[in-house]
Amino acid sequence: MIERVRITSAAAEVLRGLVARHGPVLLHQSGGCCEGSAPMCFRKGEFRIGGSDVLLGEVEDCPVYISAAQFEAWASSEITIDLIEEGGGDSFSLEAADGVRFATRSRVFTADELPEVRPVVRPVVG
Amino acid sequence: MGVQIDSILPNDQRLRSRYDNFIGGDWKAPTEGRYFTDNSPINGTKLCELAKSTAADIELALDAAHKARDAWGRTAPAERARLLNKIADRIDENLELLAHVETIDNGKPIRETRAADIPLAADHFRYFAACIRAEEGTLAELDDDTVAYHFKEPLGVVGQIIPWNFPFLMAAWKIAPALAAGNCVIIKPASDTPFSLAVFMDLIADILPPGVLNVVTGSGAEVGRALAANPRIAKIAFTGETTTGRQIMQYAAETIIPMTLELGGKSPNIFMADVMDREDAFLDKALEGFTLFAFNKGEVCTCPSRALIHESIFDRFMEKAVARVEAIKMGHPLDPATMMGAQASRGQLEKILGYIDVGRQEGAQLATGGERAHLGGDLENGFYVRPTVFVGHNKMRIFQEEIFGPVLSVTTFRTLEEAIAIGNDTLYGLGAGVWSRDGTTAYRVGREIKAGRVWTNCYHLYPAHAAFGGYKQSGFGRETHKMILDHYQQTKNLLVSYSPKALGFF
Repeated sequence: MIERVRITSAAAEVLRGLVARHGPVLLHQSGGCCEGSAPMCFRKGEFRIGGSDVLLGEVEDCPVYISAAQFEAWASSEITIDLIEEGGGDSFSLEAADGVRFATRSRVFTADELPEVRPVVRPVVG
Repeated sequence: MGVQIDSILPNDQRLRSRYDNFIGGDWKAPTEGRYFTDNSPINGTKLCELAKSTAADIELALDAAHKARDAWGRTAPAERARLLNKIADRIDENLELLAHVETIDNGKPIRETRAADIPLAADHFRYFAACIRAEEGTLAELDDDTVAYHFKEPLGVVGQIIPWNFPFLMAAWKIAPALAAGNCVIIKPASDTPFSLAVFMDLIADILPPGVLNVVTGSGAEVGRALAANPRIAKIAFTGETTTGRQIMQYAAETIIPMTLELGGKSPNIFMADVMDREDAFLDKALEGFTLFAFNKGEVCTCPSRALIHESIFDRFMEKAVARVEAIKMGHPLDPATMMGAQASRGQLEKILGYIDVGRQEGAQLATGGERAHLGGDLENGFYVRPTVFVGHNKMRIFQEEIFGPVLSVTTFRTLEEAIAIGNDTLYGLGAGVWSRDGTTAYRVGREIKAGRVWTNCYHLYPAHAAFGGYKQSGFGRETHKMILDHYQQTKNLLVSYSPKALGFF
């Protein structure tokens, strides 16, 4: 089974630090302008995941979601959560307060890989 | 290459090396005493330091705003309008400084800040000054004895969070109507581009009563959250990306306040076959319209980032259009001849290059560009990207996602229906462009496109008095038009009986 989401060691270290400070967090792949296309890191329970989201996978025990509508274009992409340490930009994402930013890097799965890619999960909302 | 510019930071006594928060009519140091550095994307020059605020500073700003709220709300519209006009005059008087500051903070060319960002901001204050003078409530005579009066009242204290792509103009878009309507404002600029708003507050500090307009700087995660989730604001306005837009709606659900959101787009720019009927000024204008994806380095929510071209003219049109793109002059943003400057941050640069890579991986054909630009000298480390044009199909990610850079994705269509279908095949609906010599065709396409603004035989004009806002996931609310006043006002209905008779129920 091929995972859809990976994380670099630099990003993983920051993510672990955020969990230690804020408690459980989640990542939600954003779209739209400005910081769109970046994975946004929010406290679990503060950002409400809904029936319009799909679970892409987990990194460092943190779930990574994307909106189902946006996933249609992302279904063939492996994404890697990376860290940009300079020129952090501005964002509601938790790591931005420390002047760093998570970023998404993409690779398109090959035709051979696609049947092996882990299916996404629709969260149960209740 | 271009002019030689020794120092990008002007030696000007109107500038400070450090800015606190502007709260209650004066500069107040952040509670925790921390600051962050604002660097230029042009060459990394340190521009100034700004308050790295916390939730406590938001509370101080809210205290000041609530103190000012009642008096400002009762200030006569004529007086509020007079002050807004005075702000506009002050912007005009300092146009060169503000344009310069905006250019070095954001990286956008000075030919744009001088001719568009700053003059449009001044005009926005004048426009809303005029609107509020002309506004009136309504009354309905329900019967001979009963009258319903409708008054428009300010909401009170509102929060505003603005992006980094048009730092000053977006501030004006949000501040002017909120103040005109009689609200007090707490505004948070983006941390990459807070300079122009800070300079502006010094320029207008004597105009507004203390507490009416408050600026708090700091990160979105800390200050933005503390503002958006605060039970003491009566409305939140946000421009940014979709996930944070959702988060802000969720906060607003907890405090039950209204919001306006502008969350981006993937705007189609549709070129009908008759565009190529003649070699004339209109064709020239259309080719510029195609090239406007590079305006502000593509860092525009309405960037015409998808071009849809009728297949019968595709080869001929693209030959001219790509030549036009390749004629874009990149260079030092302070050089008046420069058409395209540096991307706003390293994060932006890397994201854009990442999408160019995705485009290649998905099999899109590169027509021009496709790489980082190394301009040498002082600009070698600036965040420059060559204007890039891909040809592909609308299901590719580069056609579906907002790259927010100078990257255009081009495809073809055969029929008007197909153009509309492709144009609407997107999550977003902020802007669109239609180019045709036939008014009826342009009208039909314009009406069928699901977007809040359809530029017809033009693009990237942002005049006050033309409503701007999104369909679908681009958000809701309409700015740059008097109707935004409704988003900053409550309606008070006085239902008055002039009859002496009891109802007769009890």
